[in-house]
Amino acid sequence: MEITELLEIVTVSRHFDAFVALDKVSLHIEAGEFFTLLGPSGCGKTTLLRLIAGFDQPDGGDILLDGKSILAAPPERRPLHTIFQNYALFPHMTVAENIAFPLRMAGIAKKEIQARVAKALEDVRLPDKASHYPDALSGGQKQRIAIARALVNRPRLLLLDEPLSALDAKLREQMQIELINLQKDIGITFVYVTHDQGEALALSHRIAVMDSGKIVQVDVPERLYGFPNSRFVADFIGKCNLLAGRVREQHGDSVIVELDGLGPVHVCRSEAKFAAGSRCALTLRLEKIRIAAAIVNPTDDESHFTGHVHDLLYLGDVTVYIVTLANGLLLEALLANSASGRTNFFEVGDQVEVAWSCDAGHLVLD
Amino acid sequence: MQRKNVLLWISAALVYLFLYLPLVLVVVFSFNDSRLNAEWVGFTWKWYGKLFHNQEMLTAAMNSLIIAGVSAAVATVLGTLAGLAMEQSRLRLLQMLVLAPIAMPEILMGVSLLVLFIMVNMTLGLLSIMLAHITFCIGFVALAVQARISSMDPGLVEAARDLGASPWRCFREITLPLLMPGILAGALMAFTLSIDDFVITFFTAGVGSSTLPLQIYSMVKIAVTPEVNAVSTLLMLLTLVVITVASRLSPTVFRGE
Repeated sequence: MEITELLEIVTVSRHFDAFVALDKVSLHIEAGEFFTLLGPSGCGKTTLLRLIAGFDQPDGGDILLDGKSILAAPPERRPLHTIFQNYALFPHMTVAENIAFPLRMAGIAKKEIQARVAKALEDVRLPDKASHYPDALSGGQKQRIAIARALVNRPRLLLLDEPLSALDAKLREQMQIELINLQKDIGITFVYVTHDQGEALALSHRIAVMDSGKIVQVDVPERLYGFPNSRFVADFIGKCNLLAGRVREQHGDSVIVELDGLGPVHVCRSEAKFAAGSRCALTLRLEKIRIAAAIVNPTDDESHFTGHVHDLLYLGDVTVYIVTLANGLLLEALLANSASGRTNFFEVGDQVEVAWSCDAGHLVLD
Repeated sequence: MQRKNVLLWISAALVYLFLYLPLVLVVVFSFNDSRLNAEWVGFTWKWYGKLFHNQEMLTAAMNSLIIAGVSAAVATVLGTLAGLAMEQSRLRLLQMLVLAPIAMPEILMGVSLLVLFIMVNMTLGLLSIMLAHITFCIGFVALAVQARISSMDPGLVEAARDLGASPWRCFREITLPLLMPGILAGALMAFTLSIDDFVITFFTAGVGSSTLPLQIYSMVKIAVTPEVNAVSTLLMLLTLVVITVASRLSPTVFRGE
């Protein structure tokens, strides 16, 4: 049997006095994976990362690497490295000395260290910075040096603690692409911590969404976005309309939901089973709602309603329309501003019709 | 507004005059070709020449340098450890214990140390002076080191451990080099405090061993001679140089906590 499981978190708990930072968290991370811990600040993601790195000890549970517990090993004996939020480059060492540090600690011969440092600098395209001190580097360069330093002695696992949060938006996007390619090239497992859902979706193979010290959902980005398992995940990942209601009946994967104030709508391809009468919420992504002055060719599968444009947000590429439905409910929908020479399709106060097909929404228990 | 500024400048000038005029006079009269500190006669180096032929003075100066060197060295090691402990321990008491000798009246320190040395039957001399100086220098070094630690990114230590450094190597390769400016500043401060100290030295010196400040004092008892001016000028110069270097090394040291 081939073991691909690299890191196993087994019912790990951590308390700080009365505050529960981690509550019996369990996770499996596979070799070669780009795995992200995503959640709002205080959800426990950084605490979990520090436990894996060995800077802190759990109050319960176990952490296994290649099937063996690493809890007894101090940080320096764990075959993994961390990229810190502020990079933590040693200010009294040159760039080359910084990169050589883990090799020196491992007792590697001077000759080989030189060669590997040169190679590492080559890899991050900063060979001319070898004798510079970290103070003289830009944010993006520091980032690259921190990565070079952490990867130079090929750890089994790389932990990244919000490494892009100190960079400006343009540079961040560029570094995201670099990180994806880097991870693909070297094949080292990444465990990435972030509170930025867009970053998580863009980078990860799989994402664990955390809230209040618990794992709420673990899935691939597409599933997380399309099939959130709770109000929290739906709301945290991407923008989303949440319409509360009650399940009337279910036939196979087809559910009829009585939405509060809107009446019955049809939801098809529902994976979960809902008991009749249970409270639920229909999650509707903005881009899955059709919006028009009058819906042409409405199909039987579609739910459709009339309303007025209450507000709009012009974002350049798209405009978000906030539509008041007949009963005062607000629904957000967006349209790409595809026509040149004009901006918004509708103005505030315009009467519009909205519609969505039965497989556009996803039901979660409320 | 303008008026206020002028008044401010005048009062400031008067304060500084009050502080520094006596020192300037000492320096000036050390070059005066007259036995009396009364009027300027002419420039001379002769008091400095005489100084270097005064055996008692030379012995005292040598004692001072030995005491200051040894005390500063020992106090630096202990003070650095105390500074590290103060930063790591949450115990407020530790901070108080380390820093109390700084705030303690010197005369109290002097007397209490004297009593202690007599109780343990110790012969007063260079050793007792050194022990006394180490005692009051530790706090200053600890303060300088602590100021440096609190400005250090704790993430660096974690990063070093993460990259494979044992706690000891981490201390040697990361913590110690980063603290070095604070440690050196503390050492230099300890050196100047020791070489300048009069009160505590006075109580713990005994008969045979004199230091520069004690020697100056015993000479002044008779008269303020130009030789005293000369040796004071030299002492002042040494202190000034050391303090300047110390403040360069660690600009935060003199801002206290």
